[in-house]
Amino acid sequence: RLKTSSGTNLVPCVKLCWKILELRGRCPVRFDMSDNKVTVHFVNRDGEKITAKGSPGDSLLDLVINEDLDFDGFGACEGTLACSTCHLVFSEEVYEKLGPVTDEEMDMLDLAYGLTDTSRLGCQVCLTRALEGMEARVPESVADIRQTQDSSS
Amino acid sequence: MFFLLIHPVQVNKRNNLITRSASSAAHQKVCVVGGGPAGFYTAQHLLKACQDVQVDIYERLPVPFGLVRFGVAPDHPEVKNVISTFTQTAHHARCCYYGNVNVGTDVSVEELREAYHAVVLSYGAEGNRSMGVPGEDLEGVYPAKDFVGWYNGLPSNRELNPGLDCETAVILGQGNVALDVARILLSPIDELKKTDITQRSLDALAQSQVRRVLIVGRRGPLQIAGTIKELREMVNLPDTKPEMVASEFEGMAEALKVIPRPRKRLTELMLKTAVDPPAEKERQRRQAASRSWGLRFLRSPLEVLAGPDGARVAGIRLAVNRLEGTGDGSVAVPTGEVETMDCGLVITSIGYKSLPIDPAVPFDPRKAIVPNSLGRVQQAAGLYCSGWLKTGPVGVIATTMNNSFDTAHSVVEDLTSGCLDATSAKPGSTGIGPLLDKRGVKPVSFSDWEKINQEERRRGAAQGKPREKLLDVEEMLKTART
Repeated sequence: RLKTSSGTNLVPCVKLCWKILELRGRCPVRFDMSDNKVTVHFVNRDGEKITAKGSPGDSLLDLVINEDLDFDGFGACEGTLACSTCHLVFSEEVYEKLGPVTDEEMDMLDLAYGLTDTSRLGCQVCLTRALEGMEARVPESVADIRQTQDSSS
Repeated sequence: MFFLLIHPVQVNKRNNLITRSASSAAHQKVCVVGGGPAGFYTAQHLLKACQDVQVDIYERLPVPFGLVRFGVAPDHPEVKNVISTFTQTAHHARCCYYGNVNVGTDVSVEELREAYHAVVLSYGAEGNRSMGVPGEDLEGVYPAKDFVGWYNGLPSNRELNPGLDCETAVILGQGNVALDVARILLSPIDELKKTDITQRSLDALAQSQVRRVLIVGRRGPLQIAGTIKELREMVNLPDTKPEMVASEFEGMAEALKVIPRPRKRLTELMLKTAVDPPAEKERQRRQAASRSWGLRFLRSPLEVLAGPDGARVAGIRLAVNRLEGTGDGSVAVPTGEVETMDCGLVITSIGYKSLPIDPAVPFDPRKAIVPNSLGRVQQAAGLYCSGWLKTGPVGVIATTMNNSFDTAHSVVEDLTSGCLDATSAKPGSTGIGPLLDKRGVKPVSFSDWEKINQEERRRGAAQGKPREKLLDVEEMLKTART
């Protein structure tokens, strides 16, 4: 609805400015076009369901951080494929929709405790509309009997 | 907006930071010994789980972060991102960092136990496992921990001056530390000079004549302790080619069928590198390479051999092994056969080792750990351990993180259950401060570290590096006091 006198639509420009301000932390209000959000249901280590919404293109790690979800030790290397702490487990159906896994991701995923065939690293999974309503389980990061393991063996 | 945490600070006339009066209101006092990942993760978890706990972290060096600063390879900067979370912990209103305090000599564990409700020992593993063979003390033989400490600026290793004027280096051990050392020895200097590797070691590596690195293990390819990311870095290292012995990989293809995915992918990569004929482009790349690296299996050190001067290493005699059993549990058994490798540099990467720092602390010399159950030190109420001191020197940062969270959980359980006398008041750092003062020990605060940090970054920026580490404790202290 915002237009210049020559008819140029200013809405994308306003959105961009708002996003820049938001990213620079000066504007606490998110420019929220809710029809553009993807809902994700996380299941934490206590079995509780925590629902959050992210934008397409956000990684699941971005979502955890942006929504301040409280998963102990999640995302230690800040999404740089240098650890396995953003390990998430999915159903087969969801896993198929998550897209290809690079060797680099697989190399770090291989170190994750409780690795499954439908595991991914949250920092490498990006939201798309097709993933609306997906469930992601945060797996245990130590053995139930509380003994740590050498993750390289 | 930046959110400023303002803490009223008590400073005595000698300008020692004794306490933050905002935090002494917290009733439960916990002290963590060791400012590396184990210490910080333990503190992080404690602060989150208990709203009434004050956590003080004591660290021997002025600078924090332990192996994240001194162990992680300079070309793995992303691994060091955990420092942001440690910094956040240090800035927590109920957390206080005291660097330059040597627990065991400046203050005893007993004194800490009197001042705090709980003491968590997280001082890691500063010793080395030795090979225990003749010739280990020859010039040119270095524990990997010391070599890594040298290129990472650990003050006690700054004068290591390893001799790099030989063609072949042999590394004993095939874990990630061994792979890191091999990679640093063979990396193109142009890659290294953009990292936080010390200038001194960069200059030495630029003059290095080492062109060939052999990484030797007691057991077979299926038992290698290194992980795939590090192996892939060797395979892809510019200007280097692999030099493997294909026959050492016989029978691997069969074994691949029944092993879990992580081990399988790692073995497949080794097989591909060692056995498969390379594609044309790779073949040309290998032919043009000026440096080489290889894995050698089923070899244990028997003796390090000196050259004609009798003082410097010239070779290593190895026992040839066979494997008994399969998989992780298999054991190397000598066959009686012996082999010699010529080399001018030997690096032993067979494990770090924890050392006892205080006679009052139970210590298992065989396992080189503090005996404990879920982080609770046996027969010592109120004493805990986390990190490598608790489990032995194995595992990556995430492993230590989980292990530290576990110990913190035990501490929290004990604080809330009443089995620690958490209701009686303890002085915490106000009890320790005067002792340190009397002994002439001046702790370095976290904001003092931030001055050191800023200086290191400033020096690094001049060289196009993320930082140029201060190598000398005195210089660190001088910078801290500016």
